Amino acid sequence: MSSRLSSPNIQLNELGKLHHFLTLEGLKAHHLTEILDTTESFINPNTNEIKKVPLLRGKSIMNLFFEPSTRTRTTFEIAEKRLSADVSSLDIQTSATKKGESLLDTLWNLQAMQADMFVIRHAQSGAAQFFAQHVAPHVHVLNAGDGQHAHPTQAMLDMFTIRKHMGDIFDLKIAIVGDVQHSRVVRSQIQALSILEAREIRVVGPKTLMPENPEALGVHIYHNMEEGITGVDVIIMVRLQNERMTSALIPSEKEFFKLYGLTEARLALAKPNAIVMHPGPINRGVEIESAVADGPQSVILEQVTYGIAVRMAVMSIIMSNAAQLTQYQTEKSVQETAQEEQA
Amino acid sequence: MTELNIQADTLIEAICTQLRQKDILKRSPKMIGIRTGGEWVAQKLHQKLELPDPLGVIDISFYRDDFSKIGLNPTIKPSDIPWGVDDQHIILVDDVLFTGRTIRAALNEIFDYGRPASVTLVTLLDRKGCRELPFQADIVGMTIECHKTIKVTGPDPLKVTLLEKQEETA
Repeated sequence: MSSRLSSPNIQLNELGKLHHFLTLEGLKAHHLTEILDTTESFINPNTNEIKKVPLLRGKSIMNLFFEPSTRTRTTFEIAEKRLSADVSSLDIQTSATKKGESLLDTLWNLQAMQADMFVIRHAQSGAAQFFAQHVAPHVHVLNAGDGQHAHPTQAMLDMFTIRKHMGDIFDLKIAIVGDVQHSRVVRSQIQALSILEAREIRVVGPKTLMPENPEALGVHIYHNMEEGITGVDVIIMVRLQNERMTSALIPSEKEFFKLYGLTEARLALAKPNAIVMHPGPINRGVEIESAVADGPQSVILEQVTYGIAVRMAVMSIIMSNAAQLTQYQTEKSVQETAQEEQA
Repeated sequence: MTELNIQADTLIEAICTQLRQKDILKRSPKMIGIRTGGEWVAQKLHQKLELPDPLGVIDISFYRDDFSKIGLNPTIKPSDIPWGVDDQHIILVDDVLFTGRTIRAALNEIFDYGRPASVTLVTLLDRKGCRELPFQADIVGMTIECHKTIKVTGPDPLKVTLLEKQEETA
């Protein structure tokens, strides 16, 4: 499994551009910057409004959610509709896979319904990659979260929110606080911040919620919350992933809040203009105090709005790349034919 | 290839004169420029005509009909129409009218914002003879034949350069 996950180049086409969007691992800064810049173009600078555009008219996008989701699924659907695509959302928990159909059979059946793009959320790490390996060449796969592996669009909307408020990520100190071990969001966030060369990435949490060798991620580890957030520009709180914990890793939620909960007093240790982010859903009183979550430094609800525009950007870039690849291949074959005729 | 520089200011002045002769200016019109060249022209016109409402700008990249052929314009920026389009008399400004496809896209975009009372089309240059869609400008700064290539650079100074291919000797 790990070797398959660490070969992300399947997501790039022969021109080195995004064909699928599975993980941020292996991507270059220009891939990420293109997404952030394109996102900007979907948002009205004065009203923050995101208008509907006819870009993906006639394209069919299927959302396959094998795992429950409210925010991600809804923002993907809204993004697809704002791009004028034809949208089908399948609640796979209640469909044929329950009747024993294999994942591949499900995939091939949906592909036969003329899908151009699949958006996949699955509890199994590597599920999106698996789909990408088996779809037809003209079909694209977007990872909307797979197990503990990756959630790249969430990380990109976080990067967009940071850039919007704080400017160039290059200059910033960012602290990610909470359940790092179980979070695909954190994995993707750390990858994105590394690719964009953030000045300092800190990870804050108890030893039991850290991955086995966190130093390998290129981050600074703090087990003390106060030390971890002192002087940072951005605080990203992540939820305790109770559903992914196989044993009791924290004494109690109350205890966790006492040690790692973001309170107004703790927030005062960060830079005065620091922003507070949370990918949601938030557990009030567990990892974050309501006064902070609803406070002036919180950008949590903006993250949700930007989530729509970021997903629109990723989908239109992928379809745009597909168009350019077809153009390139056509030109290449014309040239080759001409050369053959000359020979 | 020979280059011929055309005085953009003269063309802008000519457009203003034509606009002043029309009723449109009595109807408190609002102006929209099509990015990028049309925006430059619209800025000049907007200033000269002293229109009270801010200038709107649209980027028609999301509305192009060749997305599935050539993909997305990498320098796309958000459109910004800072007032309601409904029931307004709109002066739509572009730099060059050629096949008419840009105007089709621009009208589609404007109508996604609302239903204007009217749209008056202004173009700095009209490359006549190669239209692919039935669009004609109401006001034209200068007409040229469509096989001639032109380059509009700006915003300051706004310059129009006519590039003429030398007659090829057979």
